[in-house]
Order: sequence, then structure tokens, then C-alpha cells
Amino acid sequence: MGEKRFVYMDHAATTFTKPEVAEAMMPFLKEHFGNPSSLYSIGREAKEAVESAREQLAKALGAKPEEVYFTSGGTESDNWAVKGTALARQERGNHIITTPIEHHAVLYPCEYLETKGFEVTYLLVDRYGLVDPADVEAAIREDTTLISVMYANNEIGTLEPVPEIGKIAKEHGVPFHTDAVQVIGKIPLDMQGKHKDIDMLSLSSHKFYGPKGVGALYIREGTEIDNYMHGGGQERGRRAGTENVAGIVGMGKAIELATANIEAHNEKIRKMRDRLKDGVLEIPHCRLNGHPEKRLPGNLNFSFEYIEGESLLLMLDQLGVCCSTGSACSSGSSEPSHVLRAIGLPPKIAQGSLRLTLGDADSEEDVDYVLEVLPGIVEKLRAMSPFYKPAAGT
Amino acid sequence: MYNKTVMDHFMNPRNVGEIEDADGVGEAGNPHGDFMKIFLKIKDNRIEDVRFKTFGCAAAIASSSMATELIKGMTLEEAWDLTNEAVGEALGGLPPGKLECSVVSREAIHMAINEYRKKQGLEPLEEKLPNP
Ligand SMILES: Cc1ncc(COP(=O)(O)O)c(C=O)c1O
Ligand code: FES
Repeated sequence: MGEKRFVYMDHAATTFTKPEVAEAMMPFLKEHFGNPSSLYSIGREAKEAVESAREQLAKALGAKPEEVYFTSGGTESDNWAVKGTALARQERGNHIITTPIEHHAVLYPCEYLETKGFEVTYLLVDRYGLVDPADVEAAIREDTTLISVMYANNEIGTLEPVPEIGKIAKEHGVPFHTDAVQVIGKIPLDMQGKHKDIDMLSLSSHKFYGPKGVGALYIREGTEIDNYMHGGGQERGRRAGTENVAGIVGMGKAIELATANIEAHNEKIRKMRDRLKDGVLEIPHCRLNGHPEKRLPGNLNFSFEYIEGESLLLMLDQLGVCCSTGSACSSGSSEPSHVLRAIGLPPKIAQGSLRLTLGDADSEEDVDYVLEVLPGIVEKLRAMSPFYKPAAGT
Repeated sequence: MYNKTVMDHFMNPRNVGEIEDADGVGEAGNPHGDFMKIFLKIKDNRIEDVRFKTFGCAAAIASSSMATELIKGMTLEEAWDLTNEAVGEALGGLPPGKLECSVVSREAIHMAINEYRKKQGLEPLEEKLPNP
């Protein structure tokens, strides 16, 4: 084996902050510390910076700046969209449609609403994690007040037919929310064009090379939604709390960079990803989870039979490779994730899952390195596994 | 999250493998799919040699490794009395919740000891009930 390297292949978990982004933020951590609500000069400067970030987001989304609301991240945006809509439309009904593969930031608000008398339909997904728009249509009822389907799944990378689902929602007059946290900089968004049927869209800065703890909820003009944070009059009275000015400025710069050249960037990441995929799939008893084509350009999710995810992850970490697993190991139980269960992976196979998500931190050399170390680790763990019986002659 | 000793026993587990002509074989699992198989070589009521295979998290693998190290050379009665806590302690402590992961090794050891005793025509040892 060659030199040990540091390889970051967990871009779906978070990304590094681009130097240009950090640089844009700096003045607002230092001299421009004013509160955007204050009337004097440094307050006005902060206010202007927040508004120009709003324009950067609006431009990237093909939206109007007035439709962009800053939040503390993807989790808050999802909570706001789900609970805010359900509560605002309570008079009309209490039925929500979503999927079992949503991020917990959507699923848990839905479960919470269930304890308050709301009813939630969790659509079935196929073995790739795909939602069938016909199922969405069939699930709509008189009293349905919200449909929430994620744009891309964070674990298996599957891309959902969001424009089609939006069209159905629109035809039935049901508000449609999508968690687009994983797709910024990977799918061009156009809220006036292709995505005109999406009423609410969540995004999170740290998934596209911006800082953590800041995000946004796009809310189409005229959408009925209650406030989530109550307090001061920020965000035109819709989201209280002094703005995370530096974070917002950083997110503005980050989205500008991330959406400048989406296709060329995807092509580069996809090329590395496919080479890694082909190499890893040469390991015996290994399969790819998620859709073969309809998936995020940087996402890979494998299952290795006969081994357990945490062990795999830790061994890779010892060799400098950062990635994640779909089996959360705690209290003597390694439970496969809700996503892997929803696509019907047998628990034994789900336990040996490994997610590698590529992005700007990666190079072709990193792909080489993972291809060099991974087979040996899998072999080593299998040699310890009571389930593994090497085929005769191998 | 894991200390150095645990990481060492996880990265370089001792006594991995199988013993073809083992005197006692035991296995144990939990509902989540974690599983251990253990092979004992026994002479004069002492554990002469031991090998194991484990499917599970790093804590499960490290405690299998440590448990096998500890019982090597012990009498069957001593090995029977080895607790999860003792294994955890020998590892310098396991993170909260991960002590559970060593349960399978104790159960597998017990099964292997009793399998051997049965073959010898001896009474199986019994699980000690916790003190009332
Ligand atoms: C699909 C999806 N939704 C929501 C979130 C939550 O975003 P945040 O970490 O900004 O709260 C994440 C990230 O973990 C995600 O991947
Ligand atoms: S053995 Fe499953 S969590 Fe430790």
C-alpha cells in the first residue's frame, strides 16, 4: 500500500467551506457587526448584505427575492414547511402525504403532527427508492393539505420525479413542499419555469460549500403558511430572530459559486464517481443501493454482504477515508436506516452498507486510494465474519 | 469514541479463526443480527486455545478479541464467571450503550463450555441468577 492519505467522501453529510465563501463572511464577523434592524450605518451595511444574499439565492433558484426566507438550516426549513402549512390549513383538513425515505427533519414533524390528530400517508417507494407520481395522485383526498416529497435522497441519492409530482399537486390544489437540501448545485432549479409547481423548497448552506447553521425556505407568493419562529419582525414578519448575517452572506456566495456551472461540474464528479463505482463493484458480494441512473452525481451507496457498517467505517477511518454507513450502531443494536428498510433491503445486507459521496474535496488520486484500500478491508472483515464462507477454490 | 485499547483489539483482533477439532463450540446472536461463533480447545479442564468469528460493530469485535484473550488459560469455571463488565474493564471502558455488544461473547463462551461438558457426560453449568 502507498502513503496514507486523507480522503473526504462524505459530501452528503457536509462540505468544506470554500475559501471565497469564508472570505466574503469575514467582514461580517469583524468590523461589520451591526444588527440589520438597526438604522445607523453598520446596521444598514448588514441589512444590505443580507438583501444582496437574498438576491443571490433568488437568482440561483429562478425565484423572486421576496420568496426567499432565511432560516437556521435544512432542519428548520423542513419543520417550518411541514408544521407551518399543516397548521395554517387545519380548517380544510388534516391529511399530509409524504414518503418513508424523507430526512428525519420531515418525518419527525409528521410524526409529531400525528400525535396532534393529523393523518399522514407514507407513500410506498420501489426498490430504488423511487416514488410513483400515480401513487401520489391516488393518495390525495378532500382533506389533504400538504404533499412533501424530497428532491433527492441523502442516503441512496435517488432523484424523485419532483416536477411531475408538483404538477399533480397543482392540479388538485394541494400545496407541495420539497426538501432540496441535497440538490443545490447539482440540479438547476427554476421556480418560474420547470419548478413552477413547487410551493415550498428547503435548502441548507453547508451542503453546497457554505457555512453550517444557515439555510433558507423558498415560499411561493400566496402560499398559506403559519410562522414557525415567533418574535421580532425579521424576514418581513415571517421568521423572527436576528439574522445570521455572516452565515447568510456566506450562503449567498456559496450558492452563486455552486450554480455557476452545474453541468460541467456534475460531469467531473460523475466521471470520478463512476470509476469508483465500477472498481468497488468488482469486490464480490457487493451491490449498489439506489437507482442506477436517476441518482445524485456524487452519490454511491453499497452493501457488502457478511460485514457490518460501523466496522467498515472505522477501518476506513483508520486509513484516512471519511465516509458513512446506513446502519446506526447503538446500544447493542445495529439497526439499518429507515431508508434502507423502506427500499426493502434485508437487514443483514443493509447492515453492511457504506455511503461514499464525492465532491470538490476529491480527486482522481482519492478514487485510486479508496480502490486500493477498500477491497483489503472488506476481505479482512469477512475473514472475521461467521457468516462468510469463501466459495471453494477461491 | 473508542479508546486506544478498543481500537487496537478491533484493528488487530486476537484469536480470529476457527479450530477444526475444537472440544467445545458455541455461538450466540442478538435480534439485530450481531453474531459470534467461538471454538475452544480444552485440556484438563483448562482452555488451552480459543478462536472466534464475529459479525458486529467495533465494540463487538474488540470485546470478542479481549474475551478470548482473557479466557485463554482459565479453568472452565473461571471462564464461565467472566462478566461483560470485566471484558469492558480490560478494554479500558466501552462507550455508553456499547457494553451490550459484549453480551454475545459471554453467551457464546457459555454455550461452548456446556457443549464440551455435555460431551464429557458432565452436568451443564447454570446461569447464575442475579443476587436478590
Ligand atoms: C435531505 C436533507 N434534509 C435536511 C437536512 C438537514 O439539514 P441541516 O443539517 O441544515 O439541518 C439534511 C442534512 O443533514 C438532508 O440531507
Ligand atoms: S454489536 Fe451491534 S451495536 Fe455493537
